[in-house]
Amino acid sequence: MTDTLVPWDDVLAAYDPALGLEVHVELNTHTKMFCGCPAVFGGEPNTQVCPTCLGLPGAMPVVNGKAVESAIRIGLALNCEIAEWCRFARKNYFYPDMPKNFQTSQYDEPICFEGWIDVEVEGETFRVEIERAHMEEDTGKSLHVGGATGRIHGADYSLVDYNRAGIPLIEIVTKPIMGAGAKAPAVARAYVSQLRHLIVALGVSEARMDQGNLRADVNLSLAPQGTGGLGTRTETKNVNSFRSVERAVRYEMQRHAAVLDAGGSIFQETRHWHEDTGVTTAGRAKSDADDYRYFPEPDLVPVAPSREWVEELRGTLPENPVERRARLQADWGYTDLEMRDVVASGVLVPIEETVAAGASPQAARKWWSSELARRANDAGVDVVDLGVSPAQVAAVQTLVDAGTVNDKLARQVFDGLIAGEGTPEEIVAARGLAVVSDDGALGAAVDAAIAANPDVADKIRDGKVAAAGALIGAVMKEMRGQADAARVRELVLEKLT
Amino acid sequence: MPEISRDEVAHLADLARIDLDDAELDHLAPQLSVILESVASISGVAGDDVPPTSHPMPLTNVFREDVVTPSLTAEQALSGAPASDQQRFMVPRILGDEQ
Repeated sequence: MTDTLVPWDDVLAAYDPALGLEVHVELNTHTKMFCGCPAVFGGEPNTQVCPTCLGLPGAMPVVNGKAVESAIRIGLALNCEIAEWCRFARKNYFYPDMPKNFQTSQYDEPICFEGWIDVEVEGETFRVEIERAHMEEDTGKSLHVGGATGRIHGADYSLVDYNRAGIPLIEIVTKPIMGAGAKAPAVARAYVSQLRHLIVALGVSEARMDQGNLRADVNLSLAPQGTGGLGTRTETKNVNSFRSVERAVRYEMQRHAAVLDAGGSIFQETRHWHEDTGVTTAGRAKSDADDYRYFPEPDLVPVAPSREWVEELRGTLPENPVERRARLQADWGYTDLEMRDVVASGVLVPIEETVAAGASPQAARKWWSSELARRANDAGVDVVDLGVSPAQVAAVQTLVDAGTVNDKLARQVFDGLIAGEGTPEEIVAARGLAVVSDDGALGAAVDAAIAANPDVADKIRDGKVAAAGALIGAVMKEMRGQADAARVRELVLEKLT
Repeated sequence: MPEISRDEVAHLADLARIDLDDAELDHLAPQLSVILESVASISGVAGDDVPPTSHPMPLTNVFREDVVTPSLTAEQALSGAPASDQQRFMVPRILGDEQ
């Protein structure tokens, strides 16, 4: 079934969107939240489990102190208050992804609350207020076997691997973001993107969206324009790239508007995001919070971070993103427009790493901000997932600086890097991309070009040196762009003047 | 005095996946009310100056070092499972969604 969508401009003319984002961050601690099982990705099924994370009778959880430290550092970086005293709570539900029949989470006493971060979209700053950031544990992974489509409905049985169950998660919840209007999709994307930068700078998670270290749920509702109210929301789950966050917001806005325009009501429900088709489909009806029968976890004692500890952790925070941006802009000599462009295309960190790897700031910007950002956009992936590393970009620029390749040939080196053909040097050799500056080969091509364009050659002989461009172009074309253009020009002029 | 209605008992039973028929609900709802009333008598002793407690020990910040300890083998982990396949716990077909 295809949803009816309202054209974008019509949505904006009639409705105000309210956005809310819930982001789950999987911490990179060595061990799980409540037991000493390894918290690493990719082990054989059910080899990173113990009586505690399997919920066997009598097993007792003990809190991972490092995870609490990471939670506090995330909270501080989000300008949150840190609770002086808080508890864990059991979230009770029947679903076999948690063998205990409950998830240990936090309910009305989150460790971090009342924070904010500023995000910038097209030169406009939006303050995103943070409601809370709380500690909880990840669930196991289910594999649904049988059924017509392999999807959850119609499955004959499910197979569960609990390696992931119990890995520490921090859930970061925003307050409703109002007033973003047409920029709502971009604000959602900018928020998740900035949150990821912050998490990476803190070093508390691998923060790979494609691997599920960072998972975003997008809440969206529409209210008739100017009423300032909140409509019924839907929650689109597990939107796993920056680009998808933006697309999911836009899609839900257009879908909600169609339902409301037709006089219908939005059901409060979860929605599934489909990356391939760019649509959402209905999930389950959302339960009220009290259906989970939260109650304080009796097997764990409260967490009461001392103010000394909180201040000590505050001292470990990385540079504030706004100050950092100003410092980098000054260091790199970018204009405001260039810097805005760099931030908007999400290439600030790659450029920083490319400069650290030895490239000039201008060269790093040239490749990331135009070439690679464009390719990522065409391919529909985030630029960091394109398959080209900052070190490789620096290596390509080294080849350009050495005259081994020109910018045009360098683009073919990027083709090779994205295709996984090896190092830039290997790709230049394997694809035969090196610039030819050998006079023998160039001289023959120049002679051929002169012979093929006698009128042009005459003009140059008459002193119209500007006409040399036509011959250089002919030689470049003949040599498929691999000629050293400066040397070709010299040869043309030597031969004709 | 707190009282628990028959409807609330039915709702809780549903959440806990306990199948109660009408006769059982009629029987259990008043009993649960009596239990709640008995527990509520604590309110008569504990004044506003006594915070509710969730743990008998007056401790906070009991943390574990972030150091890996041995896990079970998959064979051990699955030894209590009624059914398994592909080194995973096999569970009945699931209706509903992941959390």
